[in-house]
Amino acid sequence: MRSYLIAASIAIASVAAALAVGAIMLLALGANPIDGYKTMFTAAFGSADGLASTAVKAIPLMLVGVGICIAFRANVINIGGEGQMVVGGLLATSVALALPNAPAVVLLPLILCAGIIGGAFWGSIPGALKAHYNVSEILSTIMLNIVAVQLMNFLLRGPLIDPGEIERGTRIPQTARLPEAADLPMLSETLNLHSGILIAIAAAIGAWVLLWRTGLGFRLRSVGLNPAAARYAGIPVKRNIIIAMTLSGAMSGLAGAILVFGSESHRMVTDGSTMGFTGSAGFNGIVVALFGALHPLWTIPSSFLFGGMLVGANSLQRVAQVPSALIIALNGLIVVFVVSTEWHRKRLQNQVQTQASQKNENEQSASDHGNAKS
Amino acid sequence: MNSVSASIQSDRQPMLEMRGITKRFPGVIANDNVSFDVLPGEVHTLLGENGAGKSTLMKILYGLYQPDEGDVLINGEKVSLQSPSDAIDHRIGMIHQHFMLVSSLTVAENVALGLSSTRGPITDLKQVAKKIKSLSDRYGLHVDPDAYIWQLAVGERQRVEIIKALYRDVQLLVLDEPTAVLTPQEVDDFFVILREMTSDGRGLIFISHKMNEVMELSDRISVLRLGRLVGTTTPQETTREALAQMMVGREVDNTREERPATIGRTALSINRLSVGGDRGVDALIDFSLDVQQGEIVGLAGVSGNGQRELAEAISGLRPIKSGSISLFHDGNPKPIGGLGPKAVREAGLSFVPEERMRDGAIGEFSVADNMVLHNHHSTRFSRGGFLNFGEIHRHSQKLVDDFQVKTPSIDTPAKNLSGGNIQKMIIARELDSDPEVLIAAQPTRGVDIGAAEYIHARLVAARNAGTAILVISEDLDEVMLLADRIAVICQGRMMGVVDRIDASREQLGLMMAGVTD
Repeated sequence: MRSYLIAASIAIASVAAALAVGAIMLLALGANPIDGYKTMFTAAFGSADGLASTAVKAIPLMLVGVGICIAFRANVINIGGEGQMVVGGLLATSVALALPNAPAVVLLPLILCAGIIGGAFWGSIPGALKAHYNVSEILSTIMLNIVAVQLMNFLLRGPLIDPGEIERGTRIPQTARLPEAADLPMLSETLNLHSGILIAIAAAIGAWVLLWRTGLGFRLRSVGLNPAAARYAGIPVKRNIIIAMTLSGAMSGLAGAILVFGSESHRMVTDGSTMGFTGSAGFNGIVVALFGALHPLWTIPSSFLFGGMLVGANSLQRVAQVPSALIIALNGLIVVFVVSTEWHRKRLQNQVQTQASQKNENEQSASDHGNAKS
Repeated sequence: MNSVSASIQSDRQPMLEMRGITKRFPGVIANDNVSFDVLPGEVHTLLGENGAGKSTLMKILYGLYQPDEGDVLINGEKVSLQSPSDAIDHRIGMIHQHFMLVSSLTVAENVALGLSSTRGPITDLKQVAKKIKSLSDRYGLHVDPDAYIWQLAVGERQRVEIIKALYRDVQLLVLDEPTAVLTPQEVDDFFVILREMTSDGRGLIFISHKMNEVMELSDRISVLRLGRLVGTTTPQETTREALAQMMVGREVDNTREERPATIGRTALSINRLSVGGDRGVDALIDFSLDVQQGEIVGLAGVSGNGQRELAEAISGLRPIKSGSISLFHDGNPKPIGGLGPKAVREAGLSFVPEERMRDGAIGEFSVADNMVLHNHHSTRFSRGGFLNFGEIHRHSQKLVDDFQVKTPSIDTPAKNLSGGNIQKMIIARELDSDPEVLIAAQPTRGVDIGAAEYIHARLVAARNAGTAILVISEDLDEVMLLADRIAVICQGRMMGVVDRIDASREQLGLMMAGVTD
């Protein structure tokens, strides 16, 4: 209980500290920080429309963040969310293009599965490299991000390009309008909110169940906390590292598929980098997971906060005429504050624990003597 | 030993005085008005069970804790020790039970860590190595400055720690259970080293559970119990039994109930086993040993002579080069060499690893989770991939009660338990499955007397129930207390097996040193 309070107060304090530094930057840009923040908050959380936009922005962040949590619990760090989103999106897109006449009940599950499989495959590669050849997953996932972008550029400029783009000669690297049967169902007729948010929340809850209620989660966590003891107990360490990266990649791949089929254009588009497709969700998801204390359930509110900041940033840019890069800086500041307060949280927790164990030890020897006398 | 009479002692200025030290933690007093001093050239032993307050007192001395009351005086002057670097500045050194060495660096690099170099920012390792060599020769430490720490056995690592202290020219050295890893002969050599150090005027604080060593080495002995100083005495004025009683507040049973082993069929057979080591040299060479149902075989040997590799090979963690390891089911051999830990466990083997916190338990996991680490996937604890927490809790509670594991609850993280209770937890888990064969490596190292007694009793009970047990221990007293037959390993070779009844310490000591008839 106490550790939750410590974690929550530190999270709030880091947001406050980041906003304070951001206020100085706003002042330097000649904008009134109070008005600016009010604009942001109203845009992101002040109306049903705003909340819907925030939720849509939160979806990929949440899914990638949940994947980061799973990997982290097995002590692997997945920086490859970008690439896994791209590959998941590509595979889902290919499936939809291949089945233009399939009904929604068939096509929707298929494209979601394709996204999961694509991301899982892309995540399993660094997992296997780490498990068998001890290749740092941080390096291999980043490298694979680059490979995935080039794959996307190749496919969207060639095999998957909209035939109309070739006819017109514009050759914009994007697919044709994907089959309508694959459009993610909208949750409301008036709001621009699709069902991806439900999938993301379900994934977060599912990840929590997996990690703390199943044998697989038990093994993943034991491998993450103490691989030597896990090995002695007969838990296959290598296999579980691969599983962790595969599941983590699957979450990002699902995010990629939802990004494509929940988009307003209902096409997969590239601007030549991952940014254009993912909006950096593969990286920002790491931030979201860190802010959510690497716990899948805390990742849900955390992704709403960061999704809201993305929405707020756009309106701040319009209203106060400040560059939206300011928000990227704010995101970064929050992370810096969260991460730098992490050691403080650990210290507080250790203190509580050491005191408890000291007390425990002394009570034990006291009861030893009690037993001896009786 | 130069026994200094009390009158001379009082004339000399103590190099360290701790006066009326009190340290409170919420709900508990870890040190209650403890006074303790060390004279130059003296070995002052600190005796007490786990949780008696020894480590708190030593942490205060080393600047890790600040006392709530009381003073620390060095050479008669009051000092404030706010951090280990303050302690180091006062030439206080500490050799922890868990060595503070960087395993990917060499001996010389470890010694040089944190020291200023003669060549400014560039560490002059050659110079360091030279000085290590000369210290090593002078004190008979036999340490190769260029060896990597990960290549060294526990006993060798300890000598590196001593080199570190000598290199820094510490005047007051705290030794936390230093002999746990040594043979009787090595202990003798080690004591020569320590006496060499005291003859230079250095003071030593010796922490140990082993009464005969305490009696042999100490000039004075102070006993702590429940945070209070029970008394200070000298070896001349006391006996081993009296000390043990001061320590635990009750009589200690150190004899074993004689029950002849009801030896059954062979359960574990190791035949001409050779296993590679980490240093490119084979760690086990042509090693053979059988263990029968209902007996305890003790494997004695100096640390680093192949025991660790043998335990790893049997438990499936280390590939074997040649030879075989077999378990027997109804007389039929099943080779288990190189099968991996999961298959080996399924074949009926359990093991208590040497490094309990590294290999035996997951510190952050609860006691309950640790109890099912190896069989959480069994149909009993898992249904359709989901863990059955009700059953896991029932089972763990039963084991905790059965094996007297003292823990506030089964949801407590294992790392909050004392060493003895973590070991009881591991023994409970490993014995619960009624294994055909149990390998127990250093089952009571660093464990307090009460818990060690209990663990021994459980091992004997399992033997009486028909389990074949191999106890691998560097503590010869433990081997002689527990084993029905004693095997000795030296440099990876089997030196021979003797019945306990025929065994003498001298004979075993010679075998451990590799002397054959």
